[in-house]
Amino acid sequence: MSEPLHFVEIRHAQKSFGAVEVLKDISLNVERGQIVGIIGSSGSGKSTLLRAINDLDPLTGGEIWLDGVQVNKALPHRQYEKHINAMRQQVGMVFQHFNLFPHMTARENVTMAPKLLKGLSQSDADKLAEEQLDKVGMLERIDYYPSQLSGGQKQRVAIARALAMKPKMMLFDEATSALDPELVEEVNLVMKKLAEEHMTMIIVTHEMDFAASVCDRVLFMDKGIVVEEGPPEILFKNPSKERTREFLRKHIEGAK
Amino acid sequence: MGLDFTIIPKYMDIILLGVAWTIGITVSAALLSFIGGILFAVIALYAPWIIRQPFRLVEGVFMGTPLLLQLFLIYFGLVQIGIDLPAFVAGIIGLGLHFAVYNSELIQTAILAVDKGQMEAARTLGLSRSQALRKVVIPQAIRDVIPPIGNNMIALLKDSALVSVIGVSELTLSAQRVIGKTYRPFEFYILAAALYYIINLGMEWVQRRIERRISVSR
Ligand SMILES: Nc1ncnc2c1ncn2[C@@H]1O[C@H](COP(=O)(O)OP(=O)(O)OP(=O)(O)O)[C@@H](O)[C@H]1O
Ligand SMILES: [Mg+2]
Repeated sequence: MSEPLHFVEIRHAQKSFGAVEVLKDISLNVERGQIVGIIGSSGSGKSTLLRAINDLDPLTGGEIWLDGVQVNKALPHRQYEKHINAMRQQVGMVFQHFNLFPHMTARENVTMAPKLLKGLSQSDADKLAEEQLDKVGMLERIDYYPSQLSGGQKQRVAIARALAMKPKMMLFDEATSALDPELVEEVNLVMKKLAEEHMTMIIVTHEMDFAASVCDRVLFMDKGIVVEEGPPEILFKNPSKERTREFLRKHIEGAK
Repeated sequence: MGLDFTIIPKYMDIILLGVAWTIGITVSAALLSFIGGILFAVIALYAPWIIRQPFRLVEGVFMGTPLLLQLFLIYFGLVQIGIDLPAFVAGIIGLGLHFAVYNSELIQTAILAVDKGQMEAARTLGLSRSQALRKVVIPQAIRDVIPPIGNNMIALLKDSALVSVIGVSELTLSAQRVIGKTYRPFEFYILAAALYYIINLGMEWVQRRIERRISVSR
């Protein structure tokens, strides 16, 4: 196949779990520094697509390219493991349920991977932890365990943990859906800050207002396909497909 | 003749030496069973099939046969193939391996019970599967399994009396020896029981401290 022209290229992504086809020929390009939102009803394949980008749910067909390198290229098992570990270091991921390591403090959560994978010394690692936790406003909780933090604080530490690997892009899978409403804003603010720094991001979200305010482009997915995509002001205000309109109508009513 | 506990102090040095051996053997075997338990759990879960299957069979045999027999086998049996272990070493190995198998069962279950998101989060950071197991999954499994392992260790303390039959002068055998001289089984068996119970309380105290320390990391 041809060399990629875009920072991220998803080419004809196809994914089946057994007989169930969850992604049906999805193609998507993302430029460096772009922020792409993905919306869609439950079960439409948003998480599966996001998780395919760093091969957590490997595709059953199609290609994923990141910065000129194919993520899911065919390699013998051992080489593939090495390759995929190197690729994953370049992609930060933030989960709905944080998945912080409960047996580590915020500092240890942030520094574990850089120390292990990049051989950072303890003092460099400490500096890194301070820098990243400061960025998400969690410096004063640096030696707290996750069990001692609120949901919003946990998610901010999880973002710092991902950022500490200095990723080329960030993936967010409903980063605020598990939070109490009053804690959503503090996480959104961190994501907005990343947007201002031109971090490349793909954000799966149920929050239409947030998507509208930070995304350059929004995709609406339904039943494993991208039904419609465009800049938020068009997709949200003036969608061309009936399915999109229906989803937005339901969703915005549902939110009220 | 009636009961006479005033005879105890005269033989206390022998008994206390027995206590020291019991504690030494229990602690050594406990450490062996803990480290062995982790190792066995990893083998039982993740080794290639060709190793895993025979290994599980051996584990089954260890759990399904008397510890006493295993001790005889290690102490008397191994001599025949040229491995002549001191009795206390044979005792530590026998107790340690036997309880490692029990600990391994607990640790396996705990590893499988660690939230899948933990492995995923570690893998997305770029850790290999074995790095993720070592840094993220296994530490949490061990943390979760401290209380039941503590119970196993108390069983280990009690079973350490079995090594008296291969001639290790731990608490039970020391009591027997003193009884051989004094013909006062009641006094000295009661004393030995009381001492086991005190060691037991000490172990529970240590366990509670460990549990309190790790409670924040959940
Ligand atoms: N590991 C799996 N095995 C089998 N089916 C799966 C698996 N993961 C996801 N699916 C199925 O794939 C479909 C898409 O799931 P996915 O999680 O991608 O949806 P989603 O758009 O993220 O939904 P939500 O908004 O609820 O998070 C669903 O029907 C789901 O049941
Ligand atoms: Mg999802």
